[in-house]
Amino acid sequence: MFGGSVKKKRKKELRERAGHLSERSACGLHCIKMSDIGVYAGKTPIIEHVNVHIHCGKLTAVIGRNGAGKSTLIKAILGEVPHVGTIEFRDMKENKVKKLKVGYVPQHLNVKKDAPVSVYDLFASCISNVPVFLCRKKALYDKILSRLALFEAEGLIDKRLGDLSGGELQRVLLSIACTPVPNLLLLDEPVSGVDRNGMELFYRTIHSLKEKYDLSVILVSHDLTLVKEYADSVILMDKTVLKEGSPQEVMDSREFHDIFG
Amino acid sequence: MDFLNYGFMKNALAAICIITPLFGLLGTMIVNNRMAFFSDALGHSALTGMAIGVLLGFAGTDIPMLLFALLFALVLKHMERKSSASTETIISVFSSLGTAVGLVVLSRGGNFSKYSALLVGDILSISTKEIGYLLAVLAVTFLFWLFCFNKLHAASVNKSLAKSKGIPVRLIEDLFAVLIAVIVMLSIKWVGILIINALLILPAASASNISSNMREYHLFSVILSVASGLIGLVLAYYLNAAAGPVIVIVAAVFFAVTFFARSWFRS
Repeated sequence: MFGGSVKKKRKKELRERAGHLSERSACGLHCIKMSDIGVYAGKTPIIEHVNVHIHCGKLTAVIGRNGAGKSTLIKAILGEVPHVGTIEFRDMKENKVKKLKVGYVPQHLNVKKDAPVSVYDLFASCISNVPVFLCRKKALYDKILSRLALFEAEGLIDKRLGDLSGGELQRVLLSIACTPVPNLLLLDEPVSGVDRNGMELFYRTIHSLKEKYDLSVILVSHDLTLVKEYADSVILMDKTVLKEGSPQEVMDSREFHDIFG
Repeated sequence: MDFLNYGFMKNALAAICIITPLFGLLGTMIVNNRMAFFSDALGHSALTGMAIGVLLGFAGTDIPMLLFALLFALVLKHMERKSSASTETIISVFSSLGTAVGLVVLSRGGNFSKYSALLVGDILSISTKEIGYLLAVLAVTFLFWLFCFNKLHAASVNKSLAKSKGIPVRLIEDLFAVLIAVIVMLSIKWVGILIINALLILPAASASNISSNMREYHLFSVILSVASGLIGLVLAYYLNAAAGPVIVIVAAVFFAVTFFARSWFRS
């Protein structure tokens, strides 16, 4: 994924243990349809009438100025804030409506720099019920190791979260979000605190993820250059969807210039 | 070891052996979750709980204290979620109000001294039945930790992340708040309002200095908590001083030692 060759054999081994995921590829036959999504604070709308339709294998970037409701949309999709409207996940191969599995990469963690929380602790807390304060189960440890290996992060498993660089933390969080592989991956401004190289690496990883698995990606971003390079489609938001289309279409639009000047 | 000849010292020792591991366990997430203010406010609300009990003419004030603390904890959590003001401000308001209302009612007629034991606590007066209650709470807490710790931990790191993994964040947080409320109320008479928070926070904070993962954190927190309790109780006996404050001083010494030893532990 990152093209390193030194640990290739070990990586292959870990990947095989990670199982069935490596052979599949995006089919474009899964779609997520959000209709008339609205979130209200009392009677004041934070976002309203948001309609979004995305297919697997596509990276959709959500852009807009601060306070445009981008993060609120993410929270609504996660079910963290109550919303009106519907979110439907449809498998067109089987023509069935299914339950949407969401993976989320947060913007930052509420962890103090010197908190005694290791990568294993966080990972295990998110995906398992084996109490991390009591024991470390070998099978779970190996599973986490193999999942981290997919993002070249297996060496970080015993490190404390506070000791990771921005890019390392990003890879760990991405790995958590992709365990199990979701239908929809939500990335909330994932590039803050990461240097330029780290950012490109991150975007390349996302790119290969969506090529490889049946997943759609929604990315909230501020970096318009990277959006232009990596997004398949762009949604420009200001409380509602102002403009949607290919990066070129949106960035050439009047609405885009009204907002970003 | 002549202090073991006294029944009250035996009881106190048994109580310490239950309260300290309980506090050591609970403290880890109070520290990680930055809930120190929250548990402190709960301690102060005990005054109002007791005042309500006195006003309503209850024989024992345990039940009104417990009920009030539960209400207080859940309302506080709710306010935290709803309000845009900073958490610390909201908690301070609740905490001072809880203290003030309690003091006003209890000091009417000038006989507050009757209740002053609540401030410092008196572990030597604990009865066997009350030790039984503490033991039950310890068991419940351990079960909560066993089944809900991972979820609570994930939610404390990032709520949205926890939510994306299907964790009922609000329920878990409320359960934890309720658990803190119950534990604080059941132990406040023995430990005292003024120092209960120190006992909750210090062992976990010391453990945090020298741990690099959750297992070490819990292990050290419980060990340091129990050690502070036992050493403090024995010292208090020979110094003829109140046990709670001596325990706090011992715990604070542990904190200082771990603070300076941390680079050595985390090489």
